[in-house]
Amino acid sequence: MSFPWAEHYEPKLPLMKWLDERLPLPRFVYNAVGAGYPVPRNLNYFWNFGVLAGLALTIQLVTGIVLAMHYAASAGVAFDSVEHIMRDVNSGWLLRYAHANGASFFFIVVYIHIFRGLYFSSYKAPREMVWLLGVVIFLLMMATAFMGYVLPWGQMSFWGAQVITNLFSAIPLIGDSLHTWLLGGFAPGDAALNRFFSLHYLLPFVIAGVIILHIWALHIPGSSNPTGVEVKGPQDTVPFHPYYTAKDGFGAAVFLLIFAVVVFYAPNYMGHPDNYIPANPLATPALIVPEWYFWPFYAILRAFTVDFSIPFTGIVIIPAKLMGVLAMFSSILLLFFLPWIDTSPVRSGNYRPLFKKFFWLLVIDVLVLGYCGGSHAAEPYLMISQIATAYYFAHFLIILPLISTIEKPLPLPGSITEAVLAKARHTTGTADAVAAE
Amino acid sequence: MVRIFGFLVGAFFTVMLVVSFVIGAYNQVTEPPAATVEHEFLQHPHAISWSFNGPFGKYDKAQLQRGFQVYTEVCSACHSLKHVAFRDLKDLGYEDAEVKAIAKNWKSKISEKNPVTGDVTERAPTPADLVPVVYYAGSGTPPDLSLIAKARHGGADYVHSLLTGYKEQAGYKNEEGKELLKEFPDAKTPSGLYFNPYFANLNLAMPPPLVSDGQVTYGEGNPKPTVDQMSQDVSAFLAWAAEPKMEARKATGFAVVIFLLFGAVLAYLSYQSIWSTKEH
Repeated sequence: MSFPWAEHYEPKLPLMKWLDERLPLPRFVYNAVGAGYPVPRNLNYFWNFGVLAGLALTIQLVTGIVLAMHYAASAGVAFDSVEHIMRDVNSGWLLRYAHANGASFFFIVVYIHIFRGLYFSSYKAPREMVWLLGVVIFLLMMATAFMGYVLPWGQMSFWGAQVITNLFSAIPLIGDSLHTWLLGGFAPGDAALNRFFSLHYLLPFVIAGVIILHIWALHIPGSSNPTGVEVKGPQDTVPFHPYYTAKDGFGAAVFLLIFAVVVFYAPNYMGHPDNYIPANPLATPALIVPEWYFWPFYAILRAFTVDFSIPFTGIVIIPAKLMGVLAMFSSILLLFFLPWIDTSPVRSGNYRPLFKKFFWLLVIDVLVLGYCGGSHAAEPYLMISQIATAYYFAHFLIILPLISTIEKPLPLPGSITEAVLAKARHTTGTADAVAAE
Repeated sequence: MVRIFGFLVGAFFTVMLVVSFVIGAYNQVTEPPAATVEHEFLQHPHAISWSFNGPFGKYDKAQLQRGFQVYTEVCSACHSLKHVAFRDLKDLGYEDAEVKAIAKNWKSKISEKNPVTGDVTERAPTPADLVPVVYYAGSGTPPDLSLIAKARHGGADYVHSLLTGYKEQAGYKNEEGKELLKEFPDAKTPSGLYFNPYFANLNLAMPPPLVSDGQVTYGEGNPKPTVDQMSQDVSAFLAWAAEPKMEARKATGFAVVIFLLFGAVLAYLSYQSIWSTKEH
């Protein structure tokens, strides 16, 4: 579906006409990301991050497929094969550093993409499906990144795998059997490494598939925009190409520039030195931490230190460890329910004064959780992460529904064009804008 | 329904966290955790201005050769360098013939099993071989040094600080003037270990490897082999061993960044020109 005023694909070359009648792939692309897709004219730079996430996935796929040609998934040689890539494979150091930092950059752009969605309530009707598929992509990314970090078989790989797979043993009754079954043994070893490699190669293509659904679902209602007011007519939109291809081109150039600076000048900045020590099941590192993009969730996991029990009887209903695991998974799964938790009819945070304050509090809260998650599980970090975790759940499950009922939103502009012209009047003076109208 | 269920879940987690917090805070007040000796006395490595620091930094080849000499004459008694091949030493400025000679005269041999007869024979390494692994039977486990500069916080700074950081524990005071054995009488270095405030748990199995000036004889035109100089040289060598492609990385990066800066400017101008007639 698209707006009735969308431009129509008309093949000019005879070859393209021939192709269009048999396999209308160019028409499909034209309607998806070409001139045939009308987009609100007022998107700001935060709307670049979807395309940037696609770019990051592409970098991961290309570098990852070549790395897999040189990597050996066996506990005995995995670490050495990575060093072989770093030292002997032509530009192997570039492939590996681009892939390792590419994962971090993928998460950076996806986190900005998610917070943009939260601020502008991009999850609200009629775009719930876009959001739900987005959360699925996020979960798949986390699984893929976790298994990818295990592959170099360094100390952090091994002990990270140990800690994370151990979470499943917290499940009552079946936990221990499930843990052994998932790992193919009692501790991470050859069996685990091989299945992680297999899945690490598979899941990115699953992600690519879900991304197609994500974009398909987006194209049904069309893109949201910073005012949150729906498109009302042709004056509100511009064709995706050339307007947003040009803007995304600039965004991509800036993204690649920052990415290149890190890959070439600080390639180990976001990594942990312990992962240059070969995996050793007999030596536990002083501090086991996952990659930085998991730190907020790691803090939530460790925040629960008290069993849920009946006082003075010693009967434990939910042990602290299980509660931490439940909370960590809930912290992501609750995003699936967001479209029905936030009932305010206004989308954009720009017109929701109370919501805006709590949104920024949430951003700070997640940063604090991240800081605590990367630190030792000791005081004061535990106490801070307990407060921060409590706020995280309270924000989504208690505060957000309350705000929706008590908040008085600011008046919305009549249309996207009206908002754009009002902004232009504000910045360039009245005369120009009147002329433009 | 979703909102009521969500509220209950949220309230449950919040209450449990508040309980955890209160109990944690109570324990913190009633039994504050004792300060640890590592927390009080572990030193951060000193920052050295290495030739390879910064975006344009390069390895000092003469220094790497001296460092390789220190590794060969001192460290390689116990520590392997198994990810480095003899052919890699050309990066240090050695000619092909020199690399051949270094490999041929290496102190340990490579043993090979004849697949037909089962006889084990020994041969001298060639430039194509990796530096043979050192088998160590003493106490402690000397780590392989190929990646040590990337496997420790502080990198080459850490290696240098550790090598030159051995101290007499009796009477040792930190910068605040606290005396270690007075504050922590139980933290006395066990026999067989050596006190070093730069090592994570303050005591390590490695005896001070560089003990006297002139322990290694440098060739003519090189600086005096003081302990500090030898330590810096071998730390620089180990930085190279961990990251042999650093110079190629920085040079490539410079070209890539210039290219992308140019590309970003062009992309910005085309974005501006395409949008010039559209208010947004």
